[in-house]
Formats: sequence, C-alpha cells, structure tokens
Amino acid sequence: MESCPSVKNILLLDSEGNRVAVKYYSDDWQTNSAKEAFEKSVFTKTQKTNARAEAEIAMFENNVVVYKFAQDLHFFVTGGDDENELILSTVLQGFFDAVGLLLRGNVDKKEALENLDLILLCLDEIVDGGIILETDANLIAGKVATHSIDSGAPLSEQTISQALATAREHLTRSLLNV
Amino acid sequence: MSQFVKKDDDRDEEAEYSPFLGIEKGAVLQEARVFNDPQLDSRKCSQVITKLLYLLNQGETFTKVEATEVFFSVTKLFQSKDIGLRRMVYLIIKELSPSSDEVIIVTSSLMKDMNSKTDVYRANAIRVLCRITDGTLLTQIERYLKQAIVDKNPVVASAALVSGIHLLQTNPEIVKRWSNEVQEAVQSRAALVQFHALALLHQIRQNDRLAVSKLVTSLTRGTVRSPLAQCLLIRYTSQVIRESSMNNQSGDRPFYDYLEGCLRHKAEMVIFEAARAITELNGVTSRELTPAITVLQLFLSSSKPVLRFAAVRTLNKVAMTHPMAVTNCNIDMESLISDQNRSIATLAITTLLKTGNESGVDRLMKQITNFMSDIADEFKIVVVDAIRSLCLKFPLKYRSLMNFLSNILREEGGFEYKKSIVDSIVILIRDIPDAKESGLLHLCEFIEDCEFTYLSTQILHFLGVEGPKTSDPSKYIRYIYNRVILENATVRASAVSTLAKFGAVVDSLKPRVFVLLRRCLYDNDDEVRDRATLYLNTLGGDGSVVETDKDVKNFLFGSLETPLVNLETSLKNYEPTEEPFDISSVPKEVKSQPLTEKKSAGKKPTALGAPPAAPTSTVDAYEKLLSSIPEFSTFGQLFKSSPPVELTEAETEYAVNVVKHIFDKHVVFQYNCTNTIPEQLLEN
Repeated sequence: MESCPSVKNILLLDSEGNRVAVKYYSDDWQTNSAKEAFEKSVFTKTQKTNARAEAEIAMFENNVVVYKFAQDLHFFVTGGDDENELILSTVLQGFFDAVGLLLRGNVDKKEALENLDLILLCLDEIVDGGIILETDANLIAGKVATHSIDSGAPLSEQTISQALATAREHLTRSLLNV
Repeated sequence: MSQFVKKDDDRDEEAEYSPFLGIEKGAVLQEARVFNDPQLDSRKCSQVITKLLYLLNQGETFTKVEATEVFFSVTKLFQSKDIGLRRMVYLIIKELSPSSDEVIIVTSSLMKDMNSKTDVYRANAIRVLCRITDGTLLTQIERYLKQAIVDKNPVVASAALVSGIHLLQTNPEIVKRWSNEVQEAVQSRAALVQFHALALLHQIRQNDRLAVSKLVTSLTRGTVRSPLAQCLLIRYTSQVIRESSMNNQSGDRPFYDYLEGCLRHKAEMVIFEAARAITELNGVTSRELTPAITVLQLFLSSSKPVLRFAAVRTLNKVAMTHPMAVTNCNIDMESLISDQNRSIATLAITTLLKTGNESGVDRLMKQITNFMSDIADEFKIVVVDAIRSLCLKFPLKYRSLMNFLSNILREEGGFEYKKSIVDSIVILIRDIPDAKESGLLHLCEFIEDCEFTYLSTQILHFLGVEGPKTSDPSKYIRYIYNRVILENATVRASAVSTLAKFGAVVDSLKPRVFVLLRRCLYDNDDEVRDRATLYLNTLGGDGSVVETDKDVKNFLFGSLETPLVNLETSLKNYEPTEEPFDISSVPKEVKSQPLTEKKSAGKKPTALGAPPAAPTSTVDAYEKLLSSIPEFSTFGQLFKSSPPVELTEAETEYAVNVVKHIFDKHVVFQYNCTNTIPEQLLEN
C-alpha cells in the first residue's frame, strides 16, 4: 500500500527538553504522559550531538527523527521508519527557516515564547493532520505573517485605541532593549 | 504578548523569563470573559487565546464544561473583523474539538468565511469545517468544497484537497464524487496543488488497478511540478510494477526507465526515493540495481548526515539479499565507521559484515574492535548479531571471530549485550565442531567473573550438555566446582546439576564427581543440598566407575516432556477424586501467547533458551518428587512447602530435618534423613 508521505509529530523543545510548542499527528502516543516520555527520550539521546550546522538524524523505536538546534531551541520532526528521510528533512528545514523568518533572526526560547502565536500558526501551515501542506519557508512565513498582529498592518485597519496600544508596546520594547 | 514586562536590567533572570510564568488555567479561563465584551479588544482576545493554546500544548486538560464554555465564548469572536484574531479563533476551534451539537453554532460563520473574498479566510475555514464536520454537514458544504478544489488560489485548493484526503477515511462515498474536480486539479500548474490532488486521486482510485495504472502512465509522460509529487509518483509506479505480471523474459520491466530517469532529478528527495524504489523491486537483478547503488554510493560521502544515513540504511537492506552488488561501496563504508553519527557508523559496520569477503574478515574485526568501545549497548548488540551471521557464513574464520567475541565479553557491558555475545559463542560451538573446545573454555573463563546469575546458570547448563561430549571433559570440572564454592545459591545449585551430569555421562569421572558432590551436602542452601542428595542417591550410590542406568539418566536429566505451564494448569484444575492424577493426560502443546514482533527485528535464535531439564526452583523440585509418588497424586495442587526444620542436633550420626508439604486437605511430612531414603508419614 503506497502511502502519502506523512509526519508523525513536530516538536520544538528548549535546551532542557521542556515543551515550547509541539504538535502530534499520529495515534502512536495516545496520552500526554506517553508524549512526554517520547520527548524526554528523544531529547536525552540527541542532547550531546551537534546538530547546528547540518540537520542530524536518528532512529527511535520504529521512528526516524530528524533534528536541528539553534541557540537554546531544539527542533524535531518525526516520521515512520520507512518514510523517506529526505522528505522529513525538508519539512524540518522549512519549519526551521520559517521560524527564523518569523522571529526575525532571533531564534531563541524567549523570543519564541513571546511570539508563540506565530509559532503555532507556523506549525498549522506546515502540516495538516500528518499531510505536508508546504515546505517552502518563505511561503510558510508569508501565510503566517499576513495574520500577525505585529506585521505593521496599515493604521487604517486598526481602531485608534488599538493603534495607541501597538505604539505603546513598541515603545516599551525599544526601552527594554536599551 | 508582554503582560509581564520586565523592567530589570538583570540579565541573569532573563534565562527564567517567560511570558507564561505563573500561568494558571483558572485565571486564564477568567480572562476569557473578555470574549463576551460587546466592544471586542482583538489584541487582548488574541493574547488570551494564545495563553489557552499554550496551556493545552503543555498538557493541561479542560473539563467538558470548561471546554464547552470556552468554545461558546470563542464563537462570539466571529463578530470581529480582525484577521489576526480570526486565525487564532480557527486554531483554537480545532484544538477544542467541539462535539457535533456544539459545532452547529459555528457552522454558518464558517460557511460564510468559506465564501469570503479574503482568500486566507477561505482556506482556513475549509480546513476547520472539514475537521469538525460530520456526514450531514458535509453534504451541505460539498459543492463549496468542489469549487474550492479547482480554485485558482493554490492555498485554497490545497486546503480543500488535504481535507478531502482526511475525509476519505470517514465519508468515502461523498469524497469519491469529487473525482472530476480532483482530476482537474492534478493538471494544476501550482506545484503543491498537483501533489495534494495526486495523493487524493490515488486514494480514491486505489482499488482500481487499471485506473492507477492509467494515472501513472499519463503522469510519467506529463509534467510533474514538485519534488513531493514526483516522490508520490515514484511510489505509485512501484505499486504498478509490483502488480503487473512479471515477465522478465521480455526485456525491461515496465516503467523501469522512468525510475532510472528519476535518479538524475535535481531534488535529492526524488533521487533517493527512486533509488530506494529500485532496490525494493521484486526480484531485482544486479543490472537493474547498479545505477541505484551508484547514486547511493555518492550519498555516502555527502556532508549531510541525513543523506549518509538514508543511503547507508538502504544499502544495508540491499546487502541482505544482494551482497555482491554492494561490495563496490565497501571503501566508502569503511570510512563511515568513524562517523560522528553513531547510527550511521553502526549501519556501516553491519553492512560491511554482510558484504565482507573472507579475506577481509580479519581486518574488519580489527576495525570493529576499536569501534566497539565508542558506542552504546544497543548499537553493540546490533553489531554482535551481525557478527553471528558472519560466523556461520565463514566457518573457517572462527578463530578470529571467537577471539573477538571473547575479548568483548571481558569488557564492560549490560546484561542484554553480554547475553547476545554468549548466544553467539554458543551458536559457534554448536555449529562449528572445531570451535567447540576453545569456545567452551572462553565460556568457562567468563563465568569466573560473571555478574549476571542468569547467564552463569545458562552457561553451566550448556556446559553440562556439551562438556561431557568433548575429548577431555575433566578440564571443565575445576571451573564448575569453583562455582560451587564461590557463587550465590542459584549458581551453586546449577553447578551441582552440571557436575552430576558429567558424572552421569562420563563414567570415568564418576568417582571424582562423587567426592565433590559429597562436599556439597554441607552447603548452606537447601536446594544445593537436596540436589546433591538426589544425585548421589540416584546415580549409583557407591561411587565406583559404573554406568549410570539409562532410566535414571532420563529421570534426572531428561527434559520434562510436558510443558511446565500445562502441568501447572492441569494440577490446579485437578479435583481430588478416586482417580489418581495422570501426568500423561497433560496436553503437550503449549498455547503460545501472541507476541508483538517488531517488523525490523527478525527471529533471533536464542541458543540457551532450551526447555529447562532440571527444575530450577525448590518448589518445582518438591512438586516433581511428590507427583511421582502415587499415594500423593490424589492430593491436588501443592499449596506450600515449608523450609526444612532440623529435628536432630548437628553432631548426631544422621541428621533429620522435616519439610511440611501442605495440600488442600492433607499434610505430608517429609523427613529427610541423610544417608537414608526419605520416609513419609501421612496425617489427616
């Protein structure tokens, strides 16, 4: 039975293995504790490897996991053990680069959590129920950014109070960055 | 997003900073009340939704009541025209998975969005609707979906097609009606639309071989616009090849040229998919394999671990059936032994073990020895299993392989790892007669320092089977007897049995064995003493060189024909009646439990897993003894046996201890007197 390439889960963990954002598309992990156990084992086994320049790959139980690290974030994409590894790697790269675009190059945990809505929308635009929707990072980021609140929508679309709120926010942020 | 704006300059605390620090479900649910405001603050609402999604993502659960409440308040947000907010609403509806009666509330809003001028609404509304819909709703929106499939906006089309793929599982009859639109979408110029359409069309038509074949034929000649679609096509082509009749005589396989052509595609995923497909063709010939293997060989030296891994894994599989085809890659494989990625390194080694020729075995063993210390136990086991097959393939090389195995046996390692090594040595011993002597000696040396009781006992048992058959069994006696002195009770008992076996089978050794067995009578543990007693009495009491009676040998060392599990069940089911318990009535077949076997792991022969010849626990020993005595057979299942109680003082001529056996309605006192046979007394 030839099947469509499918993704079992996409995980974004921090440098201690805690969840930043995760999405599961398979029944292999029914309960939350099963999911957490999987995340822990994947994190521990890949912790010591160097997956920063190039994506790395490993097998876990009956699954293939491709992964890449950036600063204090660990990106993982999982597929079945007979899945085409290069397809999984393309999905990983799409996710990785799209997040880079959405976080404007500051790919770290703090930035990710502050923009969690973007990350979740990003995940939503890459895979739907296990089926790959899009792998091109520019297209993914483009689909997300059109809905982003901070994308600098023209003022005419916002009410005056919202505009003031946005301005206030930008001011506070720039003060903090001093 | 910054409810908790930090004003500190303290950089150290940045590490712990999180916008969700201290977040709590109850508080967020309270905040969700802003959804009900007549004047919606879309920024605030988006933030609250993000927090809710964060909670769900972290594993927090909402009760049915909470989920329903949130869902109802969220539906009010459709009033807002804010695009960002609407997207968050879509996300949270999908997460909350509302039930069918709740869904009705949002249906009309979503349907409106589905027809909206804003493309972004259309695509996502379709996806949400299809996620939460049921059959009746689906028929209502069907025509919109059909229109969406051929929409000029590719995002909308993909959304509809992917939703169709999911819906095919639950409402196949409905989705099948969309064939025409899907067919049209396959011709789309938009790359991923074709991919999704192809996937859906194939699933719709999968049971119609002819239709699939036509689909493949037309597309292999047409334009395929994305690597993903190309990979799909390769998979479907393989399916068609598999299902078409195999006439190898009439030249090339159908579509082989297409697959071979894909090996030159720009995208690596396509090249790999094609190479893999070729290697998996039924009855593939070396000629057909060659171009695929050439391409995989190039991947072996890629700088990208994913490519190296994919290639080495595929070549590993090929090596199982066509080792000769992979030998060209041996040089590249050897350099992968030192790959940073240990999975790749292990796969490389196991491939080399399958493709290596006899002359290369020694060199390979040297390389592997260095490698073994670097990798984890689970990888080591894989390597040992591969070496085992190598042993059987090249029996003349047993010396260097045996040396290798005994060396790694001496090093640090966990139980599973050591067990797999021992199993390999045992197989070598069994199948290669020349290897027997050295193999048995290695095992003897191993048990001198073995931390795993299970392995020691299994090896001792094995020694008992194989040792007496060798040319000079006496050299093993020392090793075995040392175990009686030095080890724990379980191992000691096992060693006693082994000694007895030597004595039973090799008559010349009987006197020495008797001397040693007599010393065992003073052991601390009762199992050891009981066994020693049993053997001394049954093997031929006076310790001279006589042949042991065949029946005795059978009684002591023959395997119990009836499986223990069945014996236990029968004894439990036996009702005390006039009829004595008949051991021959116990069924001899064991009802095996269904085992879940992993696809990848084949059946590994467990060399030492033979049915236990001698009972390994005290209870079993008593049970056997008692069930063999007719007067006790009516008693049913042995409930408990007490430990022996000394009745006499230590210095008397004969020592008497009693063991109380408790059955359902009877108590049996077994008086063990040394140097005399046991006497029994019946009491009601």
